[in-house]
Amino acid sequence: MQSLFKRLTNRGFVIGVPYSWLLLFFLLPFFILLYISFVDMGSDIHPFKPIWDTETGILHLKYENYTSIFRNGEDGVMFQTLYVEAYIRSVWYALCTGVLCLLIGYPFAYFIARSAPSVRPALLMMVMLPFWTSFLLRVYAWKGILADQGVINKLLMAVGLTSEPIQMLYTNVSMLVGMTYVYLPFMVLPLYANLVKMDFRLLEAAYDLGASPFKAFWLVTVPLSKAGIIAGFMLVFIPCVGEFVIPSLLGGPENLMIGRVVWDEMFASNNWPRASALAVAMIGLIIVPLAIYYHYTGDAAPDAHKS
Amino acid sequence: MAEPTSTNDYLVTQKLVKRFDEAVAVDEVSLSIRKGEIFALLGSSGCGKSTLLRMLAGFESPTSGKILLGGQDVAKMPPYDRPINMMFQSYALFPHLDIWENVAFGLKREGLPRDEIKQRVGEMLDLVQLGTFAKRKPHQLSGGQQQRVALARSLAKRPKLLLLDEPLGALDKKLREQTQFELVNIIEKVGVTCVMVTHDQEEAMTMAGRIAVMSKGRVLQVGSPEEVYEYPANRFVADFIGNVNLLEGKLTVDEPDHCAITTKLGVVSVGHGVTGALNSNVAVAIRPEKIEIGKTRPDQPVNVFTGKVKEIAYFGSYNTYIVLASDGSRIKITEANTSRQDLSHITWEDDVFFWWGTRSAVVLRS
Repeated sequence: MQSLFKRLTNRGFVIGVPYSWLLLFFLLPFFILLYISFVDMGSDIHPFKPIWDTETGILHLKYENYTSIFRNGEDGVMFQTLYVEAYIRSVWYALCTGVLCLLIGYPFAYFIARSAPSVRPALLMMVMLPFWTSFLLRVYAWKGILADQGVINKLLMAVGLTSEPIQMLYTNVSMLVGMTYVYLPFMVLPLYANLVKMDFRLLEAAYDLGASPFKAFWLVTVPLSKAGIIAGFMLVFIPCVGEFVIPSLLGGPENLMIGRVVWDEMFASNNWPRASALAVAMIGLIIVPLAIYYHYTGDAAPDAHKS
Repeated sequence: MAEPTSTNDYLVTQKLVKRFDEAVAVDEVSLSIRKGEIFALLGSSGCGKSTLLRMLAGFESPTSGKILLGGQDVAKMPPYDRPINMMFQSYALFPHLDIWENVAFGLKREGLPRDEIKQRVGEMLDLVQLGTFAKRKPHQLSGGQQQRVALARSLAKRPKLLLLDEPLGALDKKLREQTQFELVNIIEKVGVTCVMVTHDQEEAMTMAGRIAVMSKGRVLQVGSPEEVYEYPANRFVADFIGNVNLLEGKLTVDEPDHCAITTKLGVVSVGHGVTGALNSNVAVAIRPEKIEIGKTRPDQPVNVFTGKVKEIAYFGSYNTYIVLASDGSRIKITEANTSRQDLSHITWEDDVFFWWGTRSAVVLRS
């Protein structure tokens, strides 16, 4: 009896720790954010007002924090605001980064998965090694490479391909280069984990049935790595939507991303409720693809445990 | 083995060699396989049979030698161009495709018209009696059903040569017996030439028309199951196929119609001649089921020996006795349990006679 009781409490403890962690550091802050997103802007040292008026006792939800994201004033055109533009731009660049990471990361992961088991740890180490240096340093390094007087431009001019430096820094190109570079390992690792489990006899079976190596890859390897592709894409896409540091260091001034907008609202305009509403809306924006992802991995599960 | 001579030979390998670094996996294998026959490569693991099969399929390229299929050298052809299909040991069914798509995979690569693909997949699924499972995924089928899908998939392209890699290896014993007859029936119905690889001699003997026994990359004997079992070419084959008692000795009499070998046990008479030098070292191979055992001396002038029963194992349909012979060797003898009351009452530590006829043993020179 005692041991049963002990086991139950032990199990409760093991399950309880992650639950309380999520409760304390995710759910609670989220509700605070949600709360602030529905209140009025503060006037003095308080960045926001309480949700009900202390004098009249009336509960007041300020929906305008949300409606103003999608529409300028009462008579503005729907979806033609700075915020919507920033959202669309963020999603677009996050998609581009995801696709670039997939195109570069897939051959990477495939190569590691097909190499001899003895060299795999070393190759994986090389993928993860950049994480050991500061993220900011690595992004700054790109400035040195892409700047007007940077490595690439000097090289191009020395070869004679161009007489004047090409503007690469502070453009979409430099921003995409930076984001792809930083997020590539997040694509490679789940893809590798998926591809390494693949039964390569299936490829032999495909060759045997008349499929050329390319056809076999396209008809067997790619569909079987679907779960890895989706996982890697989500791991790149989701943080990229809200990415703040890389666009502000490498991106151009005209490319206002949603992370930057939230920052501006929070610290420049001191409008915490609007910043919160923007953040909550962004979470909603990300939950949709996540739900699709879980829907698909849920489907893929029976395939995964088939030997 | 024998160089291909007959025009009947459909698949011919000529001095096929496969070397991995320094290790020789397949050593100058020359085989000729007739059109429409089921041919088994039999050997223990590491004997090179799988490498040979993979060379036929095109997954390994031979170090040297030729593979002729219907007179055409296919050794340099990539697997996707060969008119050869293989049924994999693990079946290697595509887990993301349903049964219908699995069977249609090869036909689609040929670019056949849709109607024809539909018709041929239907035929194949009917052939293996899985028509109602067309929309299932492989993991939703039992092992036996998966095996039939794999067979249908490898037959769908109407290959000139069908390769079976341990076709029954992944099935349990009971299912295996039933499946092997089914498999042979289907293959014979289609009439495809077939090469199978197995380490299971029973599987090879029941399914194949001819067997090649392999060891260390070489083919030691090719023949029908009866030939390989009753007339093994050498000690390895005799020992590998079934159980055998090997008595080492010297050839002392060698006449066209009989010979005698002096072993430690005594003189063994064999009713056939051996063209060997007198006093050369030979072995007498005698199968356990060809030896008789009893407590009274039989009325037979030769090949009667004495010993003491050391072990008895009851297998239901037969008994196995291990007899310690007078010279100290252990002889294995099996007797069928033909009646329920065993009248011989042979038990442990009994002194017994054991004997065999002059036509029962085989003399092995190598």
